[in-house]
Amino acid sequence: MSSHAEEPTRRDFLTIAGTAFAAVGGAMALWPFIAQMNPDASTQALASVEIDLTPVKAGQAITVMWRGKPVFIRNRTPEEIEKAAATPVGELPDPESDLQRVKKGRENWLVLVGICTHLGCIPKGQSLADMKGDYGGWFCPCHGSHYDLSGRIRKGPAPRNLEVPAYEFVEDTKIRIG
Amino acid sequence: MSTHPSSYEPRSGVAKWMDERLPVARLMHGQFVDFPTPRNLNYLWTFGGILTFVLGVQLLTGIVLAMHYVPSAGGAFDSIEHIRRDVNYGWLLRNLHAVGASMFFFAVYVHIFRGLYYGSYKAPREVLWIIGVIIYLVMMATAFLGYTLPWGQMSFWGATVITNFFSAIPLVGESVVQWLWGGYAVSGVTLNRFYSLHYLLPFVLVGLVALHIWALHVTGQNNPTGIEPQTRSDTVPMSPYAISKDMFALAVFIILFAWFVFFMPDYLGHADNYNQANPLVTPSHIVPEWYFLPFYAILRAVPSKLGGVVAMVGAIAILVFVPWLDTSRVRSTKYRPLYFWFFWAFVFTCLALGYLGAKPAEGVYVTWARVFTFYYFAHFLIVMPIVGVIETPTGMPRSISDDVLGKGNGGSALSPATAAAAAEKR
Repeated sequence: MSSHAEEPTRRDFLTIAGTAFAAVGGAMALWPFIAQMNPDASTQALASVEIDLTPVKAGQAITVMWRGKPVFIRNRTPEEIEKAAATPVGELPDPESDLQRVKKGRENWLVLVGICTHLGCIPKGQSLADMKGDYGGWFCPCHGSHYDLSGRIRKGPAPRNLEVPAYEFVEDTKIRIG
Repeated sequence: MSTHPSSYEPRSGVAKWMDERLPVARLMHGQFVDFPTPRNLNYLWTFGGILTFVLGVQLLTGIVLAMHYVPSAGGAFDSIEHIRRDVNYGWLLRNLHAVGASMFFFAVYVHIFRGLYYGSYKAPREVLWIIGVIIYLVMMATAFLGYTLPWGQMSFWGATVITNFFSAIPLVGESVVQWLWGGYAVSGVTLNRFYSLHYLLPFVLVGLVALHIWALHVTGQNNPTGIEPQTRSDTVPMSPYAISKDMFALAVFIILFAWFVFFMPDYLGHADNYNQANPLVTPSHIVPEWYFLPFYAILRAVPSKLGGVVAMVGAIAILVFVPWLDTSRVRSTKYRPLYFWFFWAFVFTCLALGYLGAKPAEGVYVTWARVFTFYYFAHFLIVMPIVGVIETPTGMPRSISDDVLGKGNGGSALSPATAAAAAEKR
């Protein structure tokens, strides 16, 4: 190499182009090794379940499995719905009205992914004897998050409300989640 | 020190033949037999050797446990009991491995605080220190992955909580977590990949330890005075002096290790982990293994998900910057009258955070966790830079030999005659 600046040569071009192709090729060869860790076809195939709600009376709650996660289904009493709907939305850490979290005309059914949005524990509050937290909904024992009767975060480290999964009523008393 | 010549003399014909082709014996002799070690090393300097020993124990016991362990959601929990009850000496191997993890962290914490007290991170040992921090991180990853394998309740929920740290990453967090899990929750798929990685990482550790020792043998060891060896009389050959001291300390350490293995193998574990993993029930009180408790306390002290995770990661990452945060001209805390007290306040802080990490995240525990989290970071970001500038070190000896022979403390004048006499005594 001479000491003064030179115009790029054909060799410079070939070196840069060759290195760039090797880098792209290397990255593409790496991709299958990374992508194999993503959820596989059999896991994705379990993506929807149908649930019969007939046995769940007002005030009761059931837990079902969907995609390996627990889903809380709660048949809320009229007083519980009223209390959830009366909460001023502006004061919530993750503002959502109760109506945004249920299906219109079926406000008694609250369907939630039962996983704390903090670090993934299962909140307590499904069975009658459980601690339900300061707002009567759910309480996560791991790091102390309190959820209300609409599954909204009210107090504690969790950043978001309990997730409402995509679901629809296929019959009056049957839902399909996913 | 890297230029220190090996005094190796091949004795037999075979040794001479080998020495001309692959001089491994010459390298070993130069680095581990007549390698010059400071003559004043105390017992805190024996933990490097102890850690190498424990890494060997974990590798050996881990490889044989893998011959009996079943890495599947259906079989993992039962296979651990099978190892404990049916496999020949399985109880011993499993206890050695489980207790070994705790012993590994106990030894590494002594080793890290030793480095912090005597300023072993200061120039020219920054790279040595940073490799050490990386080793500590890989150890933590390995221990976490390994704790998942018995597939008990704490395994499952510990894995859930810790993998969920990544969900705090803005935008891509959720995808990253599903990629780690291989599904929409921790499952048998997750267990299989954790097993694979748990087998891989110890070998990465072996490579990192080799680099750590290489870097150590380039700069030479620090010592309790923090003064570099200046003359031949400041050092002794590694063998037999340092080696025999290491062996004695190792024997004492093995007694402690054996005490736990034989008399209280489950003391450092958690009873909930003898319940099989159940994705529908979270234990009422999730705690990590004892060696993660201070970081767990920091995580919970911050009332925001992303903030908590950032603080926890930062608490480890900040160690990388210690060589530049400490502005003191003097390495050893022995000669730093002001920093001395801050150092012990920091040790107390870490112990207090460990205690608070084991308590429920409520009431006064959270308040104290916040106080100590503040001091944890303040120690690095405020105390280290400021105290190094304002403090006047006292009592520095002139050399390692002066310190050992009790002469010249306070930096008083040392006549050439006494220096010569000190050298002669060797």
